[in-house]
Amino acid sequence: MKNLMLLLAPALLAQEATVIQNATVYTATKPAFVGSVAFSGGKITAVGDKLIVPPGAKVIDGSGLHVSPGIIDSHSHIAVQGFGVNEGSVSVSSMVQIKDVLDAEDVAIYRALAGGVTTANILHGSANAIGGNNQLIKMRWGKTAGELLMDGGTNSIKFALGENPKRQGNTPAPGGVPRYPATRMGVEDVYRQAFTEARVYQKKVADFKAGKSPLAPRRDLKLEALVEVLEGKRLVHCHAYRSDEMLMMMRVAEEFGFRLATFQHVQEGYKVAKEMVRHGVAGAGFSDWWSYKMEVADGIPYNMAIMTKKGVLAGVNSDDAGLMRRLNTEAAKAIRYGGLTEDQALALVTINPAKHMKVDHLIGSIEPGKSADLVIWNKPPLSTYAVPQKVYIDGTLYFERDKDLSERGRRAAAKKALEDQLKLDAPGQQKKGAPPSRRDQSGEESAQ
Amino acid sequence: MRLFLLLFLAMAAWAEVPSGLAIRNAKVVTVSSGTLPKATVLIRDGLIEAVGPDLNVPADSWVIEGEGLTVYPGLVDALSTLGQDGPRQNAPSAATQPAPPARGPEDRPRTFSWERIADKLRATDPRVESARSQGFTSAATFPLAGIFAGQGAIMNLGDARPSRLIVLSPAGQYVSFVIGGGGGRGFPSSLMGVFAYIRQIYLDLDHYKQAKAAYDRDPKGRTRPEYDRALEGLAESPRLLFPAVSLGEIDRVTRFAKELNVPAVLFGLHEGYRAPEILKASGLPVLVSTKWPTRAPDADPEQVESARALETRAKAASTPGILAKNGIKFAFYSDGQSASDMLRGVKKAMQMGLPEADALRALTLAPAEIFGVADRMGSIEKGKIANLVVTRGDLLSDRPRIEYIIVDGIKYLPPPPPATPAAKESTR
Repeated sequence: MKNLMLLLAPALLAQEATVIQNATVYTATKPAFVGSVAFSGGKITAVGDKLIVPPGAKVIDGSGLHVSPGIIDSHSHIAVQGFGVNEGSVSVSSMVQIKDVLDAEDVAIYRALAGGVTTANILHGSANAIGGNNQLIKMRWGKTAGELLMDGGTNSIKFALGENPKRQGNTPAPGGVPRYPATRMGVEDVYRQAFTEARVYQKKVADFKAGKSPLAPRRDLKLEALVEVLEGKRLVHCHAYRSDEMLMMMRVAEEFGFRLATFQHVQEGYKVAKEMVRHGVAGAGFSDWWSYKMEVADGIPYNMAIMTKKGVLAGVNSDDAGLMRRLNTEAAKAIRYGGLTEDQALALVTINPAKHMKVDHLIGSIEPGKSADLVIWNKPPLSTYAVPQKVYIDGTLYFERDKDLSERGRRAAAKKALEDQLKLDAPGQQKKGAPPSRRDQSGEESAQ
Repeated sequence: MRLFLLLFLAMAAWAEVPSGLAIRNAKVVTVSSGTLPKATVLIRDGLIEAVGPDLNVPADSWVIEGEGLTVYPGLVDALSTLGQDGPRQNAPSAATQPAPPARGPEDRPRTFSWERIADKLRATDPRVESARSQGFTSAATFPLAGIFAGQGAIMNLGDARPSRLIVLSPAGQYVSFVIGGGGGRGFPSSLMGVFAYIRQIYLDLDHYKQAKAAYDRDPKGRTRPEYDRALEGLAESPRLLFPAVSLGEIDRVTRFAKELNVPAVLFGLHEGYRAPEILKASGLPVLVSTKWPTRAPDADPEQVESARALETRAKAASTPGILAKNGIKFAFYSDGQSASDMLRGVKKAMQMGLPEADALRALTLAPAEIFGVADRMGSIEKGKIANLVVTRGDLLSDRPRIEYIIVDGIKYLPPPPPATPAAKESTR
């Protein structure tokens, strides 16, 4: 069947077809096997133990190597430009968009890619109860910001509970005004106020569309995003540590008739797993990172395993450019703590985060029809020794370890040449025509 | 003081006494239609009356014998603060209470869109004379403080009172991506907040126009829409000037301008050499800062710089040549530099591949086109404003010798070169 599909692939696409053969393939949805993965035109075309190589296809010998889906980080703040990841001046900043301020030249993108990450959800910060709109990106290093955006990616917004949204209330800068709220009760009130306002706005828009008012209401970007939440068109990823606050958030969401997509960090998720399943919210957090502040004191490394066993769709993410580069081993910790199977553990950083963001029909596993976001590892992906050798996004090779290593000398030489050129240019600019002195050439002039 | 003023008026009057001026048999670089090796330029009432070989010089004209001289259109600084004396303060004075922190876009944070710099120009800015003595006869002058800083103007660099110097107002709205500072000091506190604000205010403008139109059609029985000076200011802005220095900013702002669907001009462009395709596709004109990046004089000598920063410093000045090669419309601006430093920056771009003709165009006709005033200035054509530079030798050579500068038909002499005035200028 799979072979047939490959044969039916259009001849045009076959020219750029690639087949990785004889590798151990971890699909993230089915048990691992030794076989091949074929992709063409940016999509996976076939997966199986024996595939016919179409004429003209590029063949990569995967003997002794391991192939997994690209890793998905559902909580990252890399590649954001311009005075931080928070619009923290207000408690409801649903008008702002991470999309507007992506920085395609943040080297963290390349480093994440080198760690096997192909997709990340770039989240607004957690300074306010209702934060800004997040952006799903692919790690297309070398492309412009507009080209990082994931095609078909879902829209989402950041919420935050606890210390972060409330502590801003007490720490105004000189000349500043304290921001409401200052308590956890106040945070809950902010949600109620905002969604009550959003409902009024929703009705105004509906009335206009129904011809009940002659003039269209003023478009309000802040409320539009919240109406999208009410209408299920925008996912909510909510920063949450404490179980009592998670219960509150689920109650408020149910009161206003929407469902949360995920709790982020979800340190006490193991305490309220049953309630989370009932509401239908997933849990995405760290493997073993807690007690970095008081409200995170009850975190435990068994969290992922307990939530998984109780039916919560769990996932591991980074929230950090450093951790982002080794999410594979972060997932593996759930085997050590709580005894998940290898397949379950790999799912924590692949198919599960794809489901969290409702993009699992596009990415997250190795299945025909999905994007060819693939990582070729030297060791099994959950091994401490696993290092990505090649990383593909939409079938395009974006990272190649051999090439990176072999080009380091050339890059260093190019940089040295630039430095030398600038040193030669500098004296001429500053001291019209004077011959460069020894000091100028050693580059110490700027220190004077 | 009064005596000086009288003298000043007398001189201005004296300058206007002859009703015509003629530069006879000079080389004329028209910029718009090639170079005439031997031609005459007739000037009357501040305008170019005629250009061409073998023109009869009217009897009432003062004559400049042009043998060995070259006539160029006057240079234009495409973005400056010329004519604005002293630092520009949009902020309320110390006597008044500071504005409370903005709580969202509806509080119109850092917005001065309705203010017109043309109303605030003064004749006392000494930089005008020093720019003129370098061959500059016009400048775009803009307020720079605020997310929407206000309306700029195109002014001629003569010494008449400012109201007589304005060529165009409003010339455009200056935009900068500045924040409130956070920590309770109001919205926006992030770059994405600034973008959200700009997006929202343009939605508000759409709604405002609709509401006003509906009210004007049928005011009876309707509540009149509230007057909003911020939106009025935006409505009358012929174009927006957006900062875009790095590749990322160029990419971001071109997409944003397209989304807003506003006429836009980018300024900065030091990484324009990396973005010819993006700029070409956008079709937007750009203003290139001649203040090429350098290592800060107080930079930490131990600091390791990125290859990117080094490359930008090494290649920024290649941007104009690359823009010219790709047919992207650009003009130069001083970015706070003196006129002589600006011209030094232009010459560096020429060393890095910008053809002289393109450099000259970017200093004359291109800025006039970008600001929509090419029908009245920017080249030597019949009927245009008589803004000219007369030199001995090439204007963009290493040591240009400027003989006369003509602004609105009035002839100025460059100050004598010796040491004293140069020292005075450098203290500015």
